[in-house]
Parts: sequence; C-alpha cells; structure tokens
Amino acid sequence: MPLRDITLDDIESLAVGAWVLGTGGGGSPYLGLLNMRALYKEGYRVQLLPSDELADDDWIAAVSNMGAPLVGQERLTDSRTIARAVDLMERHTGYRFRGIMALEIGGGNSIQPLMAAAHLKRPVIDSDMMGRAYPEAQMTSVAVGDLAPCPLTTVDVRGLESVVEKVPTWKWMERVSRKICVEYGSIASTCKAPRSGAEVKKWGIHGTTTKAIAIGHAVREAQRNHTDPIAAILSVEPGKVLYRGKVVDVERRATEGFLRGRTRLDGVDDWRGAGMEINFQNEWIVAWLDGKPVAMSPDLICVLDSVSGEAVGTETIRYGQRVTVIALPPPPVFLSEKGLQHVGPRAFGYDIEFKSIFA
Amino acid sequence: MRRIGIDVGGTNTDAVLIEDGKVIRAVKAPTSEDVTAGILDSLKSLGSTGVLEGKRIDGVMIGTTHFINAVVQRRHLTKVGALRLGMPASASLPPFCDWPEDLAALVCGGVWMVEGGHEYDGRPFMPLDEAAVTKAAHEMKAAGLKSVGISSIFSPLDPSHEKRAVELVAAVIPDVAITCSSDLGRIGLLERENAGLLNAALADLSRDTIAAFEKAIRDSGLDAPLFITQNDGTVAEAAQARRLPVYSFASGATNSMRGAAYLSGLADAMVIDVGGTTADVGQLKNGFPREANSVVKIGGVRTLFRMPDLLSIGLGGGSHVSLDPLKVGPVSVGYRLLKDGIAFGGKQLTTTDVAVAAGILDLGDRSKVAYLDEATCQKVFGEAARLAEEAIDRMKTEAADVPLIAVGGGAFLIPEKLPGVSQVIHVEHGDCANAVGAAIAQVAGECDQIFKDLTRRDAISAASDIANDRAVAAGADRATLQTIESEDMPLAYLPGNSVRVRVRVVGDVKATA
Repeated sequence: MPLRDITLDDIESLAVGAWVLGTGGGGSPYLGLLNMRALYKEGYRVQLLPSDELADDDWIAAVSNMGAPLVGQERLTDSRTIARAVDLMERHTGYRFRGIMALEIGGGNSIQPLMAAAHLKRPVIDSDMMGRAYPEAQMTSVAVGDLAPCPLTTVDVRGLESVVEKVPTWKWMERVSRKICVEYGSIASTCKAPRSGAEVKKWGIHGTTTKAIAIGHAVREAQRNHTDPIAAILSVEPGKVLYRGKVVDVERRATEGFLRGRTRLDGVDDWRGAGMEINFQNEWIVAWLDGKPVAMSPDLICVLDSVSGEAVGTETIRYGQRVTVIALPPPPVFLSEKGLQHVGPRAFGYDIEFKSIFA
Repeated sequence: MRRIGIDVGGTNTDAVLIEDGKVIRAVKAPTSEDVTAGILDSLKSLGSTGVLEGKRIDGVMIGTTHFINAVVQRRHLTKVGALRLGMPASASLPPFCDWPEDLAALVCGGVWMVEGGHEYDGRPFMPLDEAAVTKAAHEMKAAGLKSVGISSIFSPLDPSHEKRAVELVAAVIPDVAITCSSDLGRIGLLERENAGLLNAALADLSRDTIAAFEKAIRDSGLDAPLFITQNDGTVAEAAQARRLPVYSFASGATNSMRGAAYLSGLADAMVIDVGGTTADVGQLKNGFPREANSVVKIGGVRTLFRMPDLLSIGLGGGSHVSLDPLKVGPVSVGYRLLKDGIAFGGKQLTTTDVAVAAGILDLGDRSKVAYLDEATCQKVFGEAARLAEEAIDRMKTEAADVPLIAVGGGAFLIPEKLPGVSQVIHVEHGDCANAVGAAIAQVAGECDQIFKDLTRRDAISAASDIANDRAVAAGADRATLQTIESEDMPLAYLPGNSVRVRVRVVGDVKATA
C-alpha cells in the first residue's frame, strides 16, 4: 500500500489508541492532538508511508519528546520544536530524511512524528521501535538489534541545541541524554540515531500508527453508539481480558528517576473475590492474580476505564476507579532471548520467567 | 453560632436557619428572575415567625448556580484579554485554543503572549518581559477591555511573574479586573489558564450578583456578613467570592451532600440527592464530597476545578413512568410536575403519581391514580431502586456495604433496603439539605506544589503550613483547622527527590468579634 493521507479524524483516533498502547505511560496525547488540530486548520497535511516502500539506502528520522509528563503540562509541546530536532540532525549528518518515524507509539510520542512531518513536508513512516511505551532508551527493537545508539540531537524551545556525538551503548545514551534533558528543564525534543531504510525494514515494529488509529477508532465508535468499548478493542486486536475490578490502593514512589509502584484491584463480575495487583515502572509491567503472575512485559498490559474504554495512566490512576485490564500481544522482536534481556520481567527487577499469556 | 443558609436553585430558593447545631426553621420559595427580590422574599419568609428578631446572625451563606449557568447558557459574559507569560514555549497552543468556538467568540477579546514563567524547580524559564506586558496592556486598553486573565508557566510554584504583570497592567488600565491563574491552583497550564479566563469572563456578573445578594441582606434588616459557598463544601467571604466566582460552580450539589452529612451525623457515607429530574450520587469522606481527580469540562471548556465526583442519573420525582414495558426516566416533567402529573389533573404518569397512589405522598388527588394497584406501584419502585442501586455501586469505592443517605424532594424513591447498602437513612429537612449544607459550610486552604530535597515528612509539613495560612487568610478560625486531605506524589524523571504535595485543610468560619 503506498502513501496515504492521514485525516484529522484519524489523528483524533490515534490520540485515543496511542494512549491505550501506552500501557500506563508515555504521557497523554491530548496536547499533541491540539497541535495537530491547529496545523490541519492552517492547511498542513500529513501522509503515512508503510516501511516496505522504503529503499534500503533511504534515511529515516526517529523522534520523541523526552522528559517529565508533569513539565509537559506546563511547557506545552510546540509542533515546531520536534521539527527543529530533525532539522538539527540533518544539518549535523548531511542526510536528507525520506520520512519520520516514532520512537514509541505509546502515549504522546505517537504524535511527535506527525508534527515534525507537517512542518518538514515528509511522510510519517508507519513503524516505531517499541510497539507500545517503555521507560528507557535500550528498551527498543533497534537496541535489541544492536544498531548504533548515536548520534542524537536534543532541542529546547528557547533555541538550545545539543548533539550527543558518540556513546558506546544505549544505556550510556540514556544517561547522557537524560542529563541534558534535566538541564533544559526536564523536557526536550529529540531526534534519535538516524536509521537506514534497510534497518527500519528489518528492525522496525510495523504498522503501529495504523494499529493505534484502528484501536482509537473502535473505542470512539463504541462511545458514540453506547456499546462496550472494551469489546470494540478486542474486535480489532487479538487481546484478552485479564480482569475487571475497582482500584482499592495505589502506591507510588520515585526511584532512580522513575515512577515505580503498584496498584491493587478488587474484582467485579467474573472476578468477584479475586484480587489483582499490577506493578509499574512508568508503564504497567507485571500483573498478578491472587499472587500469581498472569501477564508481564513484553506482553502489553492495558488498564482501561471500564465505561469509556480510554486508557488509565500510572500517574493518574486513583482509588475507586472502575477498570478493565486487558493484554495485547507483544511485538515478536521482544520474544527472542536477547529481546527478553532488554524488556522481559528481569529487566525490571522481577525474578520470574517470562510466559506470554498468548503462548 | 447562628447562621442562615440559602440555596438559589433553578426552580426553588431554599432557606434555613441553624442555631447551635439545630435546624430551627426551613422554607422553600420559587426562584425569581430578580435576584435581590428572591432572596429578600426567602429571608422574610424565614423570619415570618419572629425567629430572627433581636438575634445576631453570624453569617448568611448563599449557594448559587448563577455563574455556571452563565457559562453553560453563554449569557452575561465579559470580554477578556488573555495574557500568557511563557514565550517562547507553548506558542502553538495559545489561550482559548481548546475552547468551543461559540464560547471563545463571546469571551476572547484578544491574546497576548510574552516572555516569562518558571521551571518546575523554581528557576526562571525566561526573564519577564516587562516592556511587552506594558505594551500588551496599552493594546488591551485601546481595545476597551476591562477584564484580563493572566497565566504563567509553573505559576502555582512561583506566582511572582503573574503578580508583577498585575501591577504593570493595573498601572495602564486602572479599573481593570484581573484573574491570575495561580489563584486557581493546580499544575496544568492550559486547564488552569482556562479556569482563569472563565473567571475573568464572569467579572461583571460576579460583581453585580454579589452586590445583589448584599443588598438583599441589607434590605432584610439583617446585619450579617455574606459568604458564598464553594465547589468543595466550604465558603468564601463575599470579597473573595466576587474575585473568584468559578469556585462556586458546583456548590449546589456539594451543599446537598454536606447537608446530608450534617443532618444524618455521618461523615463517611454514600449520598443520593434525588431532585425532580435527576439524582446525583456521590461519596462523603470526612464529611466532604470526594473530589473528581480528572479534567472537568464546564460549558465545553477543560478545567482542573475542585469539583465533587458525582454521577447523575435520570431519576427524580418528576420522572416519566411507562408501565408496558416498564420504564422510569430519564425524561422528566421537571418544574411542571404539579400541572402535568396525573394526580394533579395532567396526562403524564410520573414517579410522584405512583407515590401518591401507594399512599407514600399526600399530594394532589389520589382518586385520579387509584387505577394503579399495589403490585404495579411496587414494580415501579423496584425499577427506581434498581437504577439507584446501579449508580451507587458505580460510585462506591469499597466492596463492603456502606450507609446511604437519601435527600432531596424525590428521596421517597429510595427504599429502606438496597443491595450493597448497610442502611438507608432518610433525614428530617432532607428536602432542604442543600440550604443546610450552605449554612454549615467551612473555610478551606489548599497547597499543591513541588518540594525538592526535603524528606517526605518535611515536605508534607511545609505544605500544611502554607495551606493553614491560606485558610486563615480566607477567614477561618486557626484553632479549628484540620487537615482533610494529604496526598504526595513523587515525580518521575525529576532529580533531587522531587515530590508533589497536595494538602487541604478546613476550619470553621471565624466568628465576628
């Protein structure tokens, strides 16, 4: 399928679907959506290109906003800033990018490539590197593939620009770029290491923008028709309902710059009398049913508002909310031994063997 | 302690006199178009038995839906100049960017964005561009604007840029009304700014309405201070309420819940307030309604107001009833109940008619509904109970059975026993619970900000001190202050053990000396 136009309605759906794929993290896509509404009103348009249309020697920019979601609520994302990060990378490397892709399709970063694409007049590539949201730079398909972690550009809305030219590993990239981000005020627009068309085709997680739009479309349709939005998601994605219940406890703590904690749920319907606990590190990582692990990263654990079907984030989940927990299948790249080293339960400090609920 | 509580609703104005913790007298009168006259009437009616004579009244507490109705109905709104301090950030999402177009067209008198604002840790984001603020003020003056909303990045943490901008604007436009976003609390620039702009849009209406309230009290011969009830079950002194009318948006529902707590003596319970058209279900914690934590839309505008977390369902005393198939609500005859109901000679069967037929209510002409047999009545009540039960179950936050207080004119629809409820409590004066809630309202102070490099305990303690001072500044008696909410949240990614602490304290209104 060649280039296709992304409509504003698609973007409205993307905002809802990407929040579901954010698995509790990634930040709300609302402000990104507002930027796109403004851009479309001014006449800007964005197109979507499947990665199999890429030539091996094309160059692709991978973008994301980095920082604290809370700061993002005050220093509102401006569509031009992410475009500047890509522009800086082009000036630095001399490449001319064929298209722009997302680092992570989960949460607000799903819309960053659209904003850059609108200003730079390039297509968005329908692939990302996580298939969801994850907290760290080495938790990507390209890190699993041992592709080069650098260079990286970071840009601040005031005109600050930095390039991280050389680091030996993805973990080093995480450390160094995090420091820059904090100095900027804990928010920065970044262009990650450029990827060749061949690399994207081999290591990208494909069709994820389309997938997020489809999920969001299903939820919005169900909301409009007053039908079950959870069932609607499961009609477009081969997921499983893990649990339905009510939040009875949320415990959060900040350690090493992450939001860690757990939430406990009390069951309703078929799960009355059964307790679920879900641990998180920015995103939902392991779900336990009556003390036994039932779903874990890289399986996607999505906590959804039982009525609206919209995602509930780890920063905002609160006592008393009625939620449905579903699991969605993980990108296959994370199921290899190497993949599980990067994003399996042990990568998050849980000494349990990965077992997919879809196995 | 002697207080008068008044609830100015869409249909009725209720007034109660409370003395030393007891309801002395409660009256109900139709709401009038002329605000002053309506309140004056209810004060006269309240005092008609002589209960007010020669007595000192410590306060008249009024709850009103005037301000929220103005926004929802797009009436009596003032043009506002929006001044945001925070360039070059957020430029692509200017003030009013997510407002419904019709409301923005009515309210937006122009947008000015200049450099300024702070970082999350208190560093300046950009120095305040004072020359640009002054230039904006001259342009606003030239445009004839008399109301201005000022917002700034991270102003809940450091409001100094907003405060300085107020001085600069006021120097150019002397009679200007200014709302600072930092006076409206929480983190979230767009939502906080929206709240500020709505508030600024209510500047004229607020001034006129509060003046009308004060005139009514004066004309009634009472010598008592006026307080306006707030969304969170507390009150503000008239001067502060005039400045921040948005804080009284949802006070009607809150007053009902607080009144229910007071009349029943329970601090922790579910409450159902059944009116003519809808029933609101909420939860009392420590005597206050549980607040909604998420974004609340007012007239289509996203805000982060302190609002009670309520579930409204279409069940009330005026709900339409059809028998085959059995259906109760959500449509209601509303204020036409005493004309359109069958027991009153009308054609529409309502829940009130069924209650008359069953002998629960003594209203209208019972013979007109005599065709409804006992079994039919029970089926209708069963359906109403099922609707209530479902709503209560959705709002409950614990699996165990909890007590339920039923108030409002339609409380007869709530049976003595419901699944998931340990005990259903009907209270005397329950139909005036909202006015009772207004009469007993307290004063609150809140702090919501980020603390760095403090232990969790020290951070909470620092936040409590700020909240206490704010409550006292708002008119509370320091000796009665108590913390009713304390919440701390460590911040992902931010260095230096950053923790966001929110503390809310309440106290009784300080008695006038």
